[in-house]
Amino acid sequence: MAEVTSGWPDDVYAELEAAGIRQVSYVPDAGHSRLIQRCQANPAMHTVSLTTEEEGVAMGLGAWLGGDRHVLLMQSSGVGNTINMLAAPIEMRVPLLMLVTMRGEWAEFNPWQLPMGQGTRAALESVGTLVYHVDQPAEIAPTVGSAAHMAFNTGRAVAVLIGQRAIGAKNWNK
Amino acid sequence: MASANTPATAAAPMLRRDLVESILARRGDALVVTGLGTTCYDVFSVGDSPLNFYNWAGMGGAAMVACGLALAQPARRVLCITGDGEMLMGLGSLATIACEKPVNLSIVVMDNEHYVETGMQGTHTGRGVDLAGIARAAGFPVATCVTGQDGFAAALEAIYGPGPVFVDLKVSPVQPPMTLPMRDGPYIRSRFRDALLGPAVAHPVMMPAPRPQ
Repeated sequence: MAEVTSGWPDDVYAELEAAGIRQVSYVPDAGHSRLIQRCQANPAMHTVSLTTEEEGVAMGLGAWLGGDRHVLLMQSSGVGNTINMLAAPIEMRVPLLMLVTMRGEWAEFNPWQLPMGQGTRAALESVGTLVYHVDQPAEIAPTVGSAAHMAFNTGRAVAVLIGQRAIGAKNWNK
Repeated sequence: MASANTPATAAAPMLRRDLVESILARRGDALVVTGLGTTCYDVFSVGDSPLNFYNWAGMGGAAMVACGLALAQPARRVLCITGDGEMLMGLGSLATIACEKPVNLSIVVMDNEHYVETGMQGTHTGRGVDLAGIARAAGFPVATCVTGQDGFAAALEAIYGPGPVFVDLKVSPVQPPMTLPMRDGPYIRSRFRDALLGPAVAHPVMMPAPRPQ
């Protein structure tokens, strides 16, 4: 894959802009590449490349303490790296918006992606994160907008899982 | 002063509370992020302020909390005061921060070479791992290890100088009396945001409504 050809990343970008996002941290994923490019092109958004996803959870907490809104972009395998760090924003009622591109589900080829991909929702919910899963491209941006609204107004950690059905399964034959 | 790591048990070891007190005496309107455990108690004991974030969870995250805060508040000095065990758990964040280079961020490690809270097990820093060397190799323009009181004055200047700054202070593993700060997360959050941002910003009626679909 993973050239994203539909317009949903641009629509997601518009939602992040409308929500006043100022800090964007990410561990790259092909499904997020267009969104990362759009965020990097906006001088009002500070994009930060992380070595591991838990850094973004801590960074989002600091951003909120300082008055900035933050979003963390990652792949589903990275969710496993965030779990202990999520205790801080969740216990503090600090909003944390996470956009997760899924692996290990719809038409997955690589069996090693299955344990974390199949466990992503349960792992997030086990520590109190609110989770949306979207499979239809047209529903991704509205779901992100709704998740941002809920996160920043209710002080919750909210994750949007963007299904592999919407992104397209990885093509190993290209 | 950056070269040798003399053991913290050498003559006249530095006392952590004294160092934290000296650092905080100069803070002005700086924002402070603590690590878990003893650095949290140190900062509360000698310098409680609404502009302190007392960290009670997420070991390894203190430097990145401080990084997010520093990016949000570029006009303020942000001090991360943490321990060697906590910093070892977030080594990757040194690489991330070195790439971002926030000029207002200083990371200070109170390095006693032990996990004191859990029974005095030794950490890697007592076995040759040089945190300042790692920070320097990652790209911190200022990264130094101070092993005795005679180097502390220069380190204190560096802490309030152009960043990002990394200072590793070798301190005695002797534990000062514990004085625990508040543990209620929403209270710590709102106290901090009220003091920094003012109530109108800290508690908006509502953020922008979702876009019409």
